[in-house]
Amino acid sequence: MKEWEVVIGIETHAQLSTQSKIFSGSSTAFGAAPNLQANAVDIALPGVLPVLNRVAVDCAIRFGLAVDAEIAARSVFARKNYFYPDLPKGYQISQYELPVVLGGELKIHVGDIEKTVHLTRAHLEEDAGKSLHEQSGHHFQGRSGIDLNRAGTPLLEIVTEPDMRSAAEAVAYARALHALLRWIGICDGNMQEGSFRCDANVSVRRVGQAQLGTRREIKNLNSFRFMQQAIEYEVQWQIATLEDGGCIEQATVLFDPGSGETRAMRTKEDAHDYRYFPDPDLLPLLIDRQWVEQIRTQMPELPTARRERLVAEYGLSPYDAKVLTASLELATYYEATVATAGRSNAKACANWVTVELAARLNKEDHEVGGSPVSARQLGELVARIADGTISTNIARKVFDALWNGDADSADEIIAKQGWHQITDHDALETLIDEVLAGNPGMVTEFRAGKEKAFNALVGQAMKATRGQANPQRVSDLLRKKLA
Amino acid sequence: MIEHSLQAIARALANREISSVELTQHYLDRIDRHNPRLNAYLSVDAASSLAQASAADAQLAKGEGGPLTGIPIAHKDIFCAKGWLTTCGSRMLSNFVSPYDAAVISRFKAAGAVMLGKTNMDEFAMGSSNETSFFGPVNNPWDTSRVPGGSSGGSAAAVAARLTPAATGTDTGGSIRQPAALCNLTGLKPTYGVVSRYGMIAFASSLDQAGPLGRSAADCATLLNVMAGFDERDSTSLDRTPEDYSRELAVTTNAKPLAGLRIGLPEQFFGEGCSPEVMQLVESAITEYRKLGAETVTISLPSMTLSVAAYYVIAPAEASSNLARFDGVRYGYRAPEYQDLNELYCRSRAQGFGAEVKRRILIGTYVLSHGYYDAYYLQAQRIRRLIANDFTRAFQQCDVIVGPTSPSTAFKLGEKASDPVQMYLSDIYTIAVNLAGLPGISIPCGFAGGLPAGLQLIGDYFTEARLLNVAHRYQQANPWHLQRPTGFDD
Repeated sequence: MKEWEVVIGIETHAQLSTQSKIFSGSSTAFGAAPNLQANAVDIALPGVLPVLNRVAVDCAIRFGLAVDAEIAARSVFARKNYFYPDLPKGYQISQYELPVVLGGELKIHVGDIEKTVHLTRAHLEEDAGKSLHEQSGHHFQGRSGIDLNRAGTPLLEIVTEPDMRSAAEAVAYARALHALLRWIGICDGNMQEGSFRCDANVSVRRVGQAQLGTRREIKNLNSFRFMQQAIEYEVQWQIATLEDGGCIEQATVLFDPGSGETRAMRTKEDAHDYRYFPDPDLLPLLIDRQWVEQIRTQMPELPTARRERLVAEYGLSPYDAKVLTASLELATYYEATVATAGRSNAKACANWVTVELAARLNKEDHEVGGSPVSARQLGELVARIADGTISTNIARKVFDALWNGDADSADEIIAKQGWHQITDHDALETLIDEVLAGNPGMVTEFRAGKEKAFNALVGQAMKATRGQANPQRVSDLLRKKLA
Repeated sequence: MIEHSLQAIARALANREISSVELTQHYLDRIDRHNPRLNAYLSVDAASSLAQASAADAQLAKGEGGPLTGIPIAHKDIFCAKGWLTTCGSRMLSNFVSPYDAAVISRFKAAGAVMLGKTNMDEFAMGSSNETSFFGPVNNPWDTSRVPGGSSGGSAAAVAARLTPAATGTDTGGSIRQPAALCNLTGLKPTYGVVSRYGMIAFASSLDQAGPLGRSAADCATLLNVMAGFDERDSTSLDRTPEDYSRELAVTTNAKPLAGLRIGLPEQFFGEGCSPEVMQLVESAITEYRKLGAETVTISLPSMTLSVAAYYVIAPAEASSNLARFDGVRYGYRAPEYQDLNELYCRSRAQGFGAEVKRRILIGTYVLSHGYYDAYYLQAQRIRRLIANDFTRAFQQCDVIVGPTSPSTAFKLGEKASDPVQMYLSDIYTIAVNLAGLPGISIPCGFAGGLPAGLQLIGDYFTEARLLNVAHRYQQANPWHLQRPTGFDD
């Protein structure tokens, strides 16, 4: 029996970072009291009409350019008709037959393997509101509450080809897309608040089989960990079902993080007929070259280009370049650090940013954008290590002081604390004479051939200077004296 | 005063011969006396109207004000008006007080007009006789056993009985022009996009257009000057330079004021389907037009015969979606008893909508369904394009197209109520104009058996000013429009 092959396609709903909704002037800010950000259009009063927010279209164009897709010169908003209390109009305005973005691709990395995921399309649509059922903090006496604050929030739905072959690839894609959307500034990527939600279409087939297996769609995966777990479970379930002689029925399923299982929500038989048709309240969306070119001029350097430039310009390893381009903020921070420290210290800057800074940010739950140590401060610190003013160990102490806001610059802290390395030849000589005189036992041991004793003497010298001596010079002087 | 044109009323108000409060009170009294026989008004709020009148008087006293300052106007109950019940003729909205003003309402307010009341209409503008209103039919002032036409039947009856100097209406398939014809009024449907649809409760979004119902073309020009204009809240509103629609109406002594005008007579308008007495009046009107200097040319609109069929796919399709928001959840009618969400929806909509609305929702849902969309909806859209192309070709041969507005004069209440197809055929001459998005006007052209008949004039896009002038020249020579029904003198 041949092995199974997993086939996955992903649909992502990315909430666009616009100030107002896609078809009304209401604010899109998260967290307001229910229904305070729902105006006449959002609650679908009789007679109201939608007006397209052009900023949402700007976002779609940005995305299209970032994934090298075709921007449709003409796309059409359609109505997707169904009844639900959190869908005030009884239809969702969404692009159907003619989406704004066609094709495109995204590179993903799983381990050392790079892979290209092809995109089918991306289209603009409005979000629905929220139904609040009995839950903590809400008391509706057995009824449901409707919050329409989210109704009309602009979404970009991004659909891939069934190009992924494992849960790991699916997660790598989702992470790459998440990073890209944030990089180009069109989505805040906040998964807890639902700004970035994925649906995974999963099927399995025998290796070598051309035809795709029947897929089941896992809805609303709002964390990468859940995505991994849900797909892994679903794949095992599908394989087990088929191997037991069963068949897969097309269905929409939900992942239950508690049990780690997926559960069918509805099957194909009760699939809706959405009766799509072009929305007569909105004209076709026409995007001319000029609009696209104007957005192109505002595009930031994209992650792949940035990565290649970091390698070429600063001599970084591809790994460091990849880590430093995890977000636009991080890449920007890094380059600002190098600008202060000097290009010759680019590698040292990379180490400080990816190791010391990253660990501290992670530990104290800060984004790089909110780092207490600025890029300038870190750049100055790296420069002081490079010019021998301080040792790496002292530098960590200076970094702590900067993090705590003890002073504005590394120089200030070094001066205040008297942390300059002792490089003065005479001072060091006196010091070493004292150490030799005070540790005759070690000197004897060293002369007897015990190299370990030499290290102990260096340690004594460093201790005597509270770490401020330049260890290389101490070592050189000691050798000379003991020779 | 009830015989005065809007211009004459404005003059009388400006000269302080009469106050707006007096004028408004006069119409409120007439409504009190005569509306019970007609059921033309659904809401009247004397205190609110008189307060507006008083504010207008203060403005007039300062010598300020525009062409409509202090003049009472009635509005079809399809326009949302802040603080007013806005029912759209339906039980579904029988309790809905609008929190905002439609664009049309705002523009009349800004022009200083006094809002006299909200008029009856077919439920959600679906009907040609005003019999589908949840609040009961409207009676035609010319014969109260007959319909006034629809869906703007309340507005038409109110103007015809002189219970308001003028009114607004909306026209999706003939809902301004057909009642105008049946009530001896002038009614204009502007080019699609000229008047904002914001706040006008949608029936079929791609066809709906608001317009005036008045006693003359001159009055309609005055009203259109207020109603027309770009509105960024309506994406289908057209951003055009404002124009004065009365500009061609100036007095002329020319015996042939329409010399050079080419009138197109579509063969499809003059075949079968029209009652002989209406056709005779239409023929006489064409003769009158020749006397005014116009020449006539026979044209053809071959796809027009498909217009009713196409219309009854497209309009219900859009309506089935537009009316989905009336679900009993947020506002409007909600069934008193239900066990779950599905019952809430089903019962609220079953009880809240009338039979004609349900029929059209069912048709619309069907034609948009998977497997039928291409055969019905897309096919109808193709026909729509063919019809528009027919008109484009025709307007290379003529300036204005003329024919009957409605195939018959006002029919008896109940006569067609049980036969939807017969009812749908009342709009056989008007529907193509909506499908093409063109402007059309209906003007009185005489009487048959004591009942008025209408002549329809159709123009090319944005030729409202010319249409109004062509209508106006006829009315100067043939003042049918000045006749009014008896029994409403006091």
